[in-house]
Amino acid sequence: MITANPAPGAGTEARTGSSPVRAVPRRRKKRQWLPYLLLLPVVVAELLIHIVPMLIGVGMSFLGLTQFFIRNWTKAPGVGLDNYRFVLQFDEASGKALLHSFWTTVQFTVIVLALSWALAMAAAVWTQHAFRGRGLVRTIFLIPYALPVFASVITWSFMLQRDNGMVNHVLVDQLGLLDERPFWLIGDHSFWALIVVEVWRLWPFAFLALTAGMSSIPAEQYEAAAIDGAGVLRSVRWVTLPNLRSVNQVLLLVLFLWTFNEFTVPYTFFGRSAPEQADLISMHIYQNSFVTWNFGTGSAMSVLLLLFLLAVTAVYLLLTNRKSSDA
Amino acid sequence: MGLKRITSAVAVSIVAASLAGCGGDDEGSGSGSAEDVTLTYWASNQGTSLANDEEVLKPQLDAFTAQTGIEVDVEVVPWSDLLNRILAATASGEGPDVLNIGNTWSASLQATGALTPFDDATMAEIGGADRFLAGSLAATGAEGHPPTAVPLYSLAYGLYYNKAMFAEAGITEPPGTWADLIAAGRKLTTPEHWGVSIEGGSVSENIHNVFVFSEQQGGSFFDDAGEPTFDTPKNVAAVKQYVDLIQSDKITNPSNAEYANGTEALADFANGKSAMVMWQAAAGSLDELGMDAADIGVAPIPAPAGGEDVASIVAGINLAVFDNTEHKPQALDFVEFMTSTPNQIALNKTYGSLPAVQEAYSDPAFQTEAVETFKSILDDRAVPMPAVPEESQFETLVGTAVKNLLAQAASGTTVTEQAISEQLAAAQQQLGG
Repeated sequence: MITANPAPGAGTEARTGSSPVRAVPRRRKKRQWLPYLLLLPVVVAELLIHIVPMLIGVGMSFLGLTQFFIRNWTKAPGVGLDNYRFVLQFDEASGKALLHSFWTTVQFTVIVLALSWALAMAAAVWTQHAFRGRGLVRTIFLIPYALPVFASVITWSFMLQRDNGMVNHVLVDQLGLLDERPFWLIGDHSFWALIVVEVWRLWPFAFLALTAGMSSIPAEQYEAAAIDGAGVLRSVRWVTLPNLRSVNQVLLLVLFLWTFNEFTVPYTFFGRSAPEQADLISMHIYQNSFVTWNFGTGSAMSVLLLLFLLAVTAVYLLLTNRKSSDA
Repeated sequence: MGLKRITSAVAVSIVAASLAGCGGDDEGSGSGSAEDVTLTYWASNQGTSLANDEEVLKPQLDAFTAQTGIEVDVEVVPWSDLLNRILAATASGEGPDVLNIGNTWSASLQATGALTPFDDATMAEIGGADRFLAGSLAATGAEGHPPTAVPLYSLAYGLYYNKAMFAEAGITEPPGTWADLIAAGRKLTTPEHWGVSIEGGSVSENIHNVFVFSEQQGGSFFDDAGEPTFDTPKNVAAVKQYVDLIQSDKITNPSNAEYANGTEALADFANGKSAMVMWQAAAGSLDELGMDAADIGVAPIPAPAGGEDVASIVAGINLAVFDNTEHKPQALDFVEFMTSTPNQIALNKTYGSLPAVQEAYSDPAFQTEAVETFKSILDDRAVPMPAVPEESQFETLVGTAVKNLLAQAASGTTVTEQAISEQLAAAQQQLGG
């Protein structure tokens, strides 16, 4: 099947006559096999690490896989769509909890995405043109990204404790802004506390990506804009943003997927069960499969989450690609 | 041809790698005479740190090796990981030979079939069932089945109270009823300290407390057929009793609702920020936290007037043998060794827990007032957690519901009986999955 493929370079080579004609098919053959061979480890790894576990997860979602069967999965009874029915019965507590968790996650993701991107964009524009101490500022901005998640998030949770935390100490004791010490780790505020921590964790990555994107924008475009009388805002709008289009397309998608699936931060922040107000979907699934030992329903939820994320990604790529080809 | 050479080289190296993998496995499981056997032991975290546990266990394990020639490779697993690790071991079949389990997990783990049942013959091999405390032996699996593990360290809840604070407030006796406890708590709630501290963000502490309160009311979370009955009025009353510590009695600092790491309520007690705390035997930790031993008093957790005389769950750590072990006789030797009287005395003395075997109580270390209080609680006033396969789910679901209710009460939302009932019903529905 490989020899049937005419190589695009073959004609040129024959015309120049720099190599004997008989040698051409042989070299072609080698060159076309090698990429596949080099790809092989990736394909195998991809299968082992992503595809196979995913398929196993899908398979598990059709099994009544509780603690009675985890020792021997093959004996777990098939339950058809029962797991899906169970997690999707929105008039019952389990379905309501899943729906609540889903909406919480959607809100969380949208807010985190907007804040992280805005913060990163502002910082990247600020540090786009050289000034004294720019390197230092950039380094400081990247610190949250460089710190180990566990250490930094635990520190946040100490800072946000009600009685001994630094945040309340500053707000209540030093500034006197509030009379009553608010809770940050439980109750309504926990949602916002988690957003602050997540934005703090995430925005340096967006900053890094945007900074890299901006460094490739030719200076002439800014000069031309300046000659046309554009101020900072206008040149951001008409020069920076259009040039960052493809960077933003990928960046927003990646940030969306990361935030929607975020597990480490809430798990470290709240411990193994999150407050209702900040019950993100990945924590919810973890609770339903690992903590309550019902891997069937946990898998069903994961499959639904996967389908949702696939759908969002597909729609997003369709829309953004159409727009860019229109333009 | 070049290509062929490359592919065959790749193929050879893959085969070689997999062969090497197999070879490694074979060496690892090393069969041979008993002298060569190395047992893998997963110990739970009983001491002040994982390193401390290793230090405490080492002399015992060395003694075992000297006696039998069997090496023991110990790994201390933190509580936050232990259940997940056991589940992973169960699912993969690759696990330790001998392991510690929280005794409340016994029935759930028994249902997986991953642990060797201690039937009469197996029990006889390790010296018979009669050696153990009857109460602790009750928490080793479902009724009517052979125990899935044997008790190793026994524990019970007690009401720790600060004698100095009690004396200062003119209270001479530890509270005999729940109403007494509330009254004492009100007197002891001052700008400097609170009446009672609780670990309100901890799922397991919450469920243990609520379970005991429910038993005191004569309630039950599972009926005789093993069906869940979470939202009965008695269970609602039990949860209300707990939440009211913050909500209406106001003898617990609302901040306690976010205490989740399993040490904060005890630290508050040790540092004089609270006058009472309901905790498992904690003499060692209190000493570590710098509390004066003369100030520490222990009494059974009181029941409401006219309630059932229940003061604790049967708490403790069990020792189990992983059924997939290739060294069952040696594993059972190790179980016998760990539950032998001298060992029980040494380990429980260090950890501040209670021996799981009767004979060990002859040691003077276990004839103190505090130990006698705990032993009498364990003998007469402790009930095992429900021995149903869904026990772990029950702990998680109800414990989380209580955590959320405490959080509501702490942030000023009134928690009504109806709200409690709805939360419990929701927890029960989720058990149905």
